Amino acid sequence: MEFFHKQTNFPFMATRKVWYGLSAVLMIICFISFYFRGLNLALDFTGGVSVEVTFSMPTDAEKVRATLTAAGFHEPQVQTFGSSREVAIRLQSEKGGPAESSDVVRARITQALTPLDPKVVINPPDIVGAQVGDELRNSAIWALTCTLAGIFIYLALRFHTWRLSAGAILAVMHDPILVLGIFSITQTPFDLAVVAAVLAVIGYSLNDTVVVFDRIRERFEKSRRLPPELALDQAINQTLSRTIMTKVVTSIVVLALLFFGGPVLRGFAEALLIGIIAGTYSSIWISSAVALDCGLTAEHVFPSVKKSPVDHLP
Amino acid sequence: MLEYARWKYALVGVVLLLALILALPNVFGEAPALQFARKDRAEITAQAQGSIEKFLTDQKIPYDKAVNEKERLTVQFADVATQLRARDAVNGNESLTKDYATAMSFISRAPALFSKLGLKPMPLGLDLRGGLNLLYQVDTAGAVAQVLDSYEQSVRRALQDAKIPFSDVVQIAVNDSKTNNAVRVLLPAGADAGAVRDALAKTITDLTLDTLNLATGPAVQGVLTEKQIRERTDYAITKNIETIRNRVNELGVAEPIVQRQGTDRINVQLAGVLNSAEVKDILGKVATLEWRLVDMQNNAYEAKARNRAPLGSKLYTQRGSGAPILLKREVIVTGDNLTDARSTTSQEGPAVAIKLDSRGGDEMFKTTSANVGRLMGVVFIEKSRENIIVDGKPLLQADGKPATREVTTQEVISSATIKGVFGPQFNITGLQQSEARELALLLRAGSLAAPIYVVEERVVGPSVGAENIRHGIEALIIGMAGTFLFMIIYYKVFGIVADLVLVSNVVLLSALLSMLGTQLSLPGIAGIILTVGMAVDANVLIYERIREELRLGVSPQAAIKAGFEKAFSAIADSNITTLIAGLVLYVLGKGAIQNFAVVLVLGIGTSLFTALMGSRALLTLMYGGKRKLTRLPI
Repeated sequence: MEFFHKQTNFPFMATRKVWYGLSAVLMIICFISFYFRGLNLALDFTGGVSVEVTFSMPTDAEKVRATLTAAGFHEPQVQTFGSSREVAIRLQSEKGGPAESSDVVRARITQALTPLDPKVVINPPDIVGAQVGDELRNSAIWALTCTLAGIFIYLALRFHTWRLSAGAILAVMHDPILVLGIFSITQTPFDLAVVAAVLAVIGYSLNDTVVVFDRIRERFEKSRRLPPELALDQAINQTLSRTIMTKVVTSIVVLALLFFGGPVLRGFAEALLIGIIAGTYSSIWISSAVALDCGLTAEHVFPSVKKSPVDHLP
Repeated sequence: MLEYARWKYALVGVVLLLALILALPNVFGEAPALQFARKDRAEITAQAQGSIEKFLTDQKIPYDKAVNEKERLTVQFADVATQLRARDAVNGNESLTKDYATAMSFISRAPALFSKLGLKPMPLGLDLRGGLNLLYQVDTAGAVAQVLDSYEQSVRRALQDAKIPFSDVVQIAVNDSKTNNAVRVLLPAGADAGAVRDALAKTITDLTLDTLNLATGPAVQGVLTEKQIRERTDYAITKNIETIRNRVNELGVAEPIVQRQGTDRINVQLAGVLNSAEVKDILGKVATLEWRLVDMQNNAYEAKARNRAPLGSKLYTQRGSGAPILLKREVIVTGDNLTDARSTTSQEGPAVAIKLDSRGGDEMFKTTSANVGRLMGVVFIEKSRENIIVDGKPLLQADGKPATREVTTQEVISSATIKGVFGPQFNITGLQQSEARELALLLRAGSLAAPIYVVEERVVGPSVGAENIRHGIEALIIGMAGTFLFMIIYYKVFGIVADLVLVSNVVLLSALLSMLGTQLSLPGIAGIILTVGMAVDANVLIYERIREELRLGVSPQAAIKAGFEKAFSAIADSNITTLIAGLVLYVLGKGAIQNFAVVLVLGIGTSLFTALMGSRALLTLMYGGKRKLTRLPI
């Protein structure tokens, strides 16, 4: 089986303005969502208490919230999950001080909810101190910054010309922003595993770009007179079946994770899936196009050629 | 003709064979077990083993097998529920708990041969096994405060010995420090600060002493340097890790993980533990003992009425009666000199049998020889946090949570007449049975060098852990099956080769993880699954190149060769970017996320090896020798 029986010849570069426009719109939507909705940060980052409670009969989240507020809990967040008998409660922790003892929290919640349902079951709570949450948030931001910086340096060294690096960098910024944007729009809980997935997305998204760039270099090597636009189109077309094939297989495993990996890995798998789709898109339509608009030519890829003594001979 | 160097075949063969052996123990899974060890650390005899087995049989608790390794007996059960039943039954039995310490653990179901060869499966993380994860913050300011306490004590003693009058000795924060970092002697106006400095310099050699002129009069102060503070906090954290490890061992949790996290945190992972209250109670206790002579010249009640102890003494209350008692300031021996403490029963009721190290023994001998007939008191010191109460109500912080503070409880748990001279071995009496047991445990495990408090606590129930394993394995199997099927449909025979390469990649990765003893978490399993997906990429790059070459009319064997050679730079390049992300994640991540990073990074290595060398060896073996090969099943 083959996706494309013959060598394809899609004119990717000709339509690039359309894709720039699409990406720009998507980015703007993402940033608007960051600004107005932000991310739904999980316990890992906010600190606080998270408890799962099982009632003996279906319960209204709003009623649970009101009961907890009346019992003196500060701004409790209550969400039903699974059946409406299961409720997840989130409480903010005090700043600075030691985390509250889990036994105390559990006892207080039991005391507050028993009048609502005498058979209520309160599971042992997870508690993260506010300070720990702040630190994790910092280290997640650091991880993102360091990965991007490391990749910038690598790309600058690898492709001799800033034109290709610029294309790769824009494509690599594009993908995590889209993942974070969609997480912000859908308000999917954003935990540490999602950060790990975003970093993996940055790595993987570059795979494609780098493979295409590798091919651009090869095209220019074959024929230095090739118009850049044509060379780029050829490079993308020649790697197209590989790009699609790899993405299909990775999507198979990521879908397996999404549907069979259980609730713990759901956010992680979602982030990867969005990232893989975004990465495929950006490496086909964005990275090379940016390089082209930066004025990429064969000379930029092989700067040493001009200086070689052979060229000075009549 | 297509050739591949013989040593490369050999390398691929040997590596894969070794990997297969190393990864094999993972296939068997692990079984819940209960470990028995004699409290006196003696060997477990066959007879003792028989009586334990008989006990379980009598209780109608089925067990799979019992393995006696002399210093411990491991009894294996079919499931966690039986394991829990067995533990409860054993703990409820006086005659067993008297002699044995039990610990819940998991042992590999792999045949004994593997463990004899040192082959172990990957240990499972708490998210897969269920258990308690605690993150402790070490109160480093508390550690420094302890140092200042001891400086304050020696300053007072030095001044008293030199008979120099002083107004007070205080602990104070200087040089923009947020916490106390200096000890200051306040002198009455007109006093000779130089004499004070000389007196102090004799005993306190490691502090630089400065003279100040305050409104109240001259003062002399010693300030801890940054380096001294750092050394002290480092020491406190190392010592605390050691103490927590000892206490966890005393609690009977098998394979506990106690490790430093960041600069001043300690992470404790206890598999199979669900009741956090008991554990936190024992782990967090800052308890130690001090032995001092009782001040028999002065009246303790008088001192209490004046709320001031006479010079050279300290006022305490006695546990139980609450009566005041005066003890000498000089400490004979502290809990640090202790080598062993066990709860026993003496003629005077429950007791803790104490053994001291040689220095402690000498001190005790010297003191008791000179003071036969006098009273000696044992002070129990415990630090804990409590809510601050104002007007009968807990004081609330701005956000509505109760404010807490550290409280130090110092009680005299026993005072007894020194009847004879003794050295390193003796009993402490005057305790309840349960108190004796807990005190013995805490003393044995050593004291904490600084207070600690919990900043993060997570519990994973055993059923959730089992659920997570099931999810992980399901996703792995389905993901791999889907990939395999797709590769075969898309690349036919070459797809089968790619699938074999993927399997060997997973085997190699599991072997590496088992060899390194990396704890496997759910994100780690996700990393393995992802590695499968990503490892396909290298094969796809190679195969697409081979197809391209074939389209150009190159001969099949030359196409295979060109495919591998031309795809190499793209494969190498594309993996480096993932490697960068993985390394950053490893350095900055923690716990399960770090585990994902380890798998990601190792997975890049194994997939490069299997895709570039393994797959080439196999394809050369299949097609290299065929002279009349006209087309490839790709």
